[in-house]
Amino acid sequence: MSAIKAEGVSKSFGKRVVLEDINLEVGGGDLFAIIGPSGAGKTTLLRILCGLQPPDSGSVAVLGERLSYGKGANLTLRRRMSFIAQKPIAFRETVRENVAYPLSARGIEGGKEVVDRALEQVRLLGLAGNPGATLSGGEMQRMAFARATVYGPEVLILDEFTAHLDPQNIKLLEDALVSYQKEKGATIVLVTHNLFQAKRLAKTTAFMLDGAVVERGETSRIFNSPTDERTGAYVRGEMVY
Amino acid sequence: MESDLLDVTFLSILVSGSATLIASAIAIPLGCFLGMRKFRGKEIVRTVTYTLYGFPPVVAGLVLYILLSSSGPLGSLQLLFTPAAMVLAQTLLVMPIVVGLTMSAVSTTSRDYTETAFVLGADGWRTARTVIHEARVGIISAVMIGFGRALAEVGAVILVGGNIQWHTRVLTTAIVLETREGDFGYGLALGAILLAIGMVFFYLMKRYQDKGMLA
Amino acid sequence: MKKIQMAAIAVAFIVVVAALWTWYFVQNRKGPIHLKLATTTSTQDSGLLDSILSDFESKYNADVEVIAVGTGQALELGRNGDADVLLAHSPSKEIDFVNQGYGLYRWKVMYNQFVIVGPASDPAGINGTALARTAFGMIYDSSATFCSRGDQSGTHTAEQNIWKSAGYNYSGISAQSNSTWYLSLGQGMADTLRTASEKRAYTLTDEATWYNIESQLGLTILVKGDTTLFNQYGVIPVNGTAHPAVRQDMAIGFANWVTSPETQSMINNYTISGHHVFVSNTDRVP
Repeated sequence: MSAIKAEGVSKSFGKRVVLEDINLEVGGGDLFAIIGPSGAGKTTLLRILCGLQPPDSGSVAVLGERLSYGKGANLTLRRRMSFIAQKPIAFRETVRENVAYPLSARGIEGGKEVVDRALEQVRLLGLAGNPGATLSGGEMQRMAFARATVYGPEVLILDEFTAHLDPQNIKLLEDALVSYQKEKGATIVLVTHNLFQAKRLAKTTAFMLDGAVVERGETSRIFNSPTDERTGAYVRGEMVY
Repeated sequence: MESDLLDVTFLSILVSGSATLIASAIAIPLGCFLGMRKFRGKEIVRTVTYTLYGFPPVVAGLVLYILLSSSGPLGSLQLLFTPAAMVLAQTLLVMPIVVGLTMSAVSTTSRDYTETAFVLGADGWRTARTVIHEARVGIISAVMIGFGRALAEVGAVILVGGNIQWHTRVLTTAIVLETREGDFGYGLALGAILLAIGMVFFYLMKRYQDKGMLA
Repeated sequence: MKKIQMAAIAVAFIVVVAALWTWYFVQNRKGPIHLKLATTTSTQDSGLLDSILSDFESKYNADVEVIAVGTGQALELGRNGDADVLLAHSPSKEIDFVNQGYGLYRWKVMYNQFVIVGPASDPAGINGTALARTAFGMIYDSSATFCSRGDQSGTHTAEQNIWKSAGYNYSGISAQSNSTWYLSLGQGMADTLRTASEKRAYTLTDEATWYNIESQLGLTILVKGDTTLFNQYGVIPVNGTAHPAVRQDMAIGFANWVTSPETQSMINNYTISGHHVFVSNTDRVP
C-alpha cells in the first residue's frame, strides 16, 4: 500500500511552472529520497505533500486520505505526519519546550520521558533548558528532528535536513533517522542535494528536473544503471547545476 | 506644593495607565486578528491605522469635548472635566498605535511560525496562540510606545480634562500652567518626573522584553 | 514560566492603576458639591483665586473646580452648560451672553489695569503718555515692534479697541502678512510678554501677569492709568434652565460670595510682589 500518492500535481508561481503533472507514489515504510538540481521543484513538491501549499491541479493522498489544504483541514491526518523545513525555526521557548510543542498541541500532558528520549537521541539533553534561539545550526537541526519525531509520526518529510552541517552532525542526524525508521516503520521522504546521503539512506530514489520526475526506482539501480541519460549525467556529476 | 506634585504624578499614571490598559485590551486582539488574517482591504486598514498614528491630540480632544459637553450627544454621562474623559481621549489616541504595531509584529512573525505550528499538528487556535506568543516582543513594544504617547500627551487632556487642580491636572497640563505662570524651574522639574516615570516603565518592560527575546 | 511573567506584569500594571483609582476616589470622597468655575487664564495665573477660594469652599462646603481658558472658550463652556459660573473680563461679550439668556445676570466684581510695557530704550517715545490711543499712534508711526496676543482673549479685545479709538483700521494692521513690526502671537499673556522681551517690543498686558513675571523680563511699564485701560471683571451664574446639570444654586451662591463685602476687601488686600493689583467695584445692589 502506498503511504503517499500524488496524482497529476501541477504548480505555477505566476508564469513560472514549478511542477508539471507530477505522479508519484511512496510505499509504506519506504525511505524515499528525492534528488535533483536546485530549481527542480523539490521543495515545492514537499510543501504540497505535507499540506502547506495547495497544488494548482491534481491531488495528494497521504495514508489513504486525500489532503484538502484548507485552514484546519485534515487535522487528524496532519497529526500523523511531520515536516522539517530546510531552515527550521525555534519558538521563543526553551529547547525542551520546543520539543514538547507537538505533544502540547495534541493536548498530551506530561510526556517528560518521551521528550527526554527524543532529546537524548539527538544529544540535546544537556541544552534542554537553553533558549531555542541560542542553538547553533547543527543543534537547531537536531532540535527540529527531535521536535518532529517526538510524537511518532507515521510519515516524516524532510527538506535538506543536513544541509551545511559538519560531518559529526550529519552522522548524528542520519543515525537518528535510520533508527527512528527502524523503530516505527515510518515512511520517510527526504529531499537532498547530497547524492551520497541518498545512496547511504534511501531504499527508493527519484530524480527530479525542471518540475518533473524524470525517473524513480530502487536507489542502487538509479545510481548504477539509470535508464534516462539525464539521470545518468546527474548522478555521475556531469550535469552542471 | 509636594502634595500637589504627588497628586499630578499619580493622576498622570492613573489616566495614561488606564488608557493604555483599555486600549491594549481592545487593540492587541484586534491587531492580532488583522495581522493574521488575509482579507480584502487589509492594505486600506493598514494605511488608515498608520495615518491615525499621527492623529493630532487636540483634534481628538475637541471632538470628544463636543461629544461629552452637556449640550452634546453624550452630555448626560457627565464625563466632561473628569479623569474618565481624559482616559477616553488617550484611549482613542493610543489605540491605533497598538493596533498598528501589533498588526505588523504579528504579520512579520506570522508565516514561518504558522507553518511550523501547522506541521507540528497545532490546530487553528493553538497556531494563533503560538504566533502571538512569538510576536510578544513586538506587542510589548507596541504597548510601551502607546503608554509613552499617552503620558506625553497634553492637547487632548487639557481640553476634556480642564486642568482642574486635584481633579484633572496631570503632569503635562501642570507644565503648561507653570510655564504660563512663569515658573520655568518647576515646569522643568515636572518634566523630569515625566521622563523618570517613562524611564522606570520602559526599563521594566525592556527587561522583560530581553528575556522574551532569548527564550 | 514565561506566561506567568507576562501575566505578572499585566497584573502588576492593573493593580497599580486600580490602586490609583482607589486613591482618586478616596481623595474625592469628602462629598462637597463641585462647582465648575470657568475663568480666564490671567485670573488663574495671577494667583488671586488660589488665595481667596478656600474661604468660599469652607463657607459653602463646596469644591471649586477652576477651568482656566480663554475668554471665548469660557463663554462657550457656559453656553454649553459645561461650567456653572463664569468669571471673565470682556464686558461686552459678557453682556451679550446674559442678554442671549445663557447667564442669569452679570455683576461687576473688580478691575485691574492694562498697562503698555516696552523696552526701557522706548524707541517710539511713549513713556509717560497719558492716553493709550496716543501711545499706540506713536508706536504705529515709528513702526516699533509690537507683540499682540492675537488670541481673541479679553486682553486682545482691549488692544483692538485701543487701535480703533486711535483711528486705525485694526484688521488693516493685523492682516498685513508681511508686517515687520506688528506680531500676532496667538499665545497667552506670559508667553506674549516673554516674546516681547526677547524681541524688545511693546505689548499690552494686565498688571497681574506683569507683576508675576516682571523680574524675568527686560521690559518696563511705560503707559499706565488711562481709564480706558481698566480691565473689568464680571461674574455670571450660568442659566441652568437649559442644562439641568448646572448647579445654579451654588453658582448664585458664588456670585453672592464674590461680591460680598468680606470677599471684596480680600480682593483689595491681595498683592503680587507687593503691588495691589485688583480693585473691587461690584455693582451688586445689596
